[in-house]
Amino acid sequence: MIVRADFDTIASWIHTGSRVLDLGCGNGTLLQYLQNKRSVNGYGVEIDDDNLLSSVRNGVNVIQMDLESGLSVFESESFDYVILSQTLQAVHRTELIVREMLRVGKEGIVTFPNFGYWQHRLDILRGRMPVSEDLPYQWYDTPNIHLCTLKDFEAFCARLDVKITERMVLTRGKPVYRRANFLGAMAVYRLQSV
Amino acid sequence: MNQITAPLYGQNSVGIVEPQSMHFAAPLLTRSGGSIAGYDLVYETYGSLNAEKSNAVLVCHALNASHHVAGYDADNSLGWWDNMIGPGKPLDTQRFFVIGVNNLGGCFGTTGPSSINPATGKPYGSDFPIMTVDDWVTAQTRLADRLGIHRFAAVMGGSLGAMQALQWAISVPERIANAIVVAAAPQLSAQNIAFNEVARRAITTDPDFHGGDYYQHNVIPKRGLRLARMIGHITYLSDDAMMEKFGRALRGDNIGYHFDVEFEVESYLRYQGDKFAEYFDANTYLLITRALDYFDPAQDYDGNLAKALAQARAKFLVVSFTSDWRFSPGRSREIVKAALDNHLDVSYAEIDAPHGHDAFLLDDPRYHGLVRSYFERVAEELKIL
Repeated sequence: MIVRADFDTIASWIHTGSRVLDLGCGNGTLLQYLQNKRSVNGYGVEIDDDNLLSSVRNGVNVIQMDLESGLSVFESESFDYVILSQTLQAVHRTELIVREMLRVGKEGIVTFPNFGYWQHRLDILRGRMPVSEDLPYQWYDTPNIHLCTLKDFEAFCARLDVKITERMVLTRGKPVYRRANFLGAMAVYRLQSV
Repeated sequence: MNQITAPLYGQNSVGIVEPQSMHFAAPLLTRSGGSIAGYDLVYETYGSLNAEKSNAVLVCHALNASHHVAGYDADNSLGWWDNMIGPGKPLDTQRFFVIGVNNLGGCFGTTGPSSINPATGKPYGSDFPIMTVDDWVTAQTRLADRLGIHRFAAVMGGSLGAMQALQWAISVPERIANAIVVAAAPQLSAQNIAFNEVARRAITTDPDFHGGDYYQHNVIPKRGLRLARMIGHITYLSDDAMMEKFGRALRGDNIGYHFDVEFEVESYLRYQGDKFAEYFDANTYLLITRALDYFDPAQDYDGNLAKALAQARAKFLVVSFTSDWRFSPGRSREIVKAALDNHLDVSYAEIDAPHGHDAFLLDDPRYHGLVRSYFERVAEELKIL
């Protein structure tokens, strides 16, 4: 199993035996990881047929659904944690999805690539769209439509009255504590509604 | 083992199968307040039951199908879900012991309205009690008891068959590990009931119906059965699938300006109706459409499906098809929601298939791939080799 850099951080914030919903769960590896490591009662939401099949193969509960139409099948506060792992930057209705995440979950966990990372800035200065380990796509084939920096995301949370309770910034799997918006490649946020 | 390996039929087939029959002497009291003094259930099995008796899968049939689920019967006719079940198929009979059973009230050997009522020496006809899905589940549990199966690895079905799988999870939660619910609804809509009613009226207003006791008159209400089947058939297909299959193609070379068959689709529906009227019992059709109408497991729980599933322990795989307008994906999502509300394990797939309700019988690689993977998980979790 490939363990992404943000998995460990997410696992460290999650209580054993809790209920977890992973929005845009891909092939289910994060939920599988959390099931093994934290014995969570997990569910994924995924729209892609191949990912759905992989999730079932990985022994993960998965619901085929379009996130963009909201999460009406899930009752309010029916999950301890709702996760958007490397998904936020690829959705159209960002605000709706963050609101829905914090309606359904008592807490939210969001991870995304930091567009403000120095390598990305350097690419732009050189006149090219950034391509990196955390942004591995060319401009013409990227699913990412709403890229942001740490500062952008924090301003967005303030506007939505969303409280950031913890933040972990990572570069190649190592924590970054200083000048995070410049030196950090990936962000992991823990959120609550105010 | 009741099958003969027939290389003639290919290595993915269960080969030639023979139905078996089991007699039950204890009366079955129905939800409708009726009772059947004693009855026979006809069934087929594929694969073999392991020593732990942990690998049994019950496959429940829908409106017009039977116990003949896979392989070839004596008439060389292929089982209705043969593309799903067999050696190496999504439900692999090399691992699982699969049972198909003709439900009570049926017309393929199981006791039904056309069987002789021992009390009168005549066919039951209109005396046969109204059956509901939970009555079928009761009869199926008795068959399981006799076969020594306490808990099914899975109960599976499409459409009305899927409703039985859902009812199993509610009625006998300790006896079902997985419910595979394909193209289902938690209850019929007004439109669904309306279509059933038109079909029933076609039968009951046929002059040959004789109030359901047509057997004594040596007639069959075939006109009604034909119409019922034609109406039903329309609801199994999507508009697009019909257009794709027939378009506005004519039967002849030119339009003839008459009321006989002009279009291919008319010819097809008539053919389906004629074929059906040759083998299906009209009273069974009435009974089964009524069982569909009455199916509503939430009704005993203030209309709340989540409450109905409160005792359920099964894991669920729910599958719907985007073009199914009879039981649309939204109806399957109601079942998914009720499972989620009870913290049950559930996976849900919405297969983008153009065929309509009948898609559950077709060989779609995404759908079959999913069922295959799900059964691999079932085998792993229940330690079935």
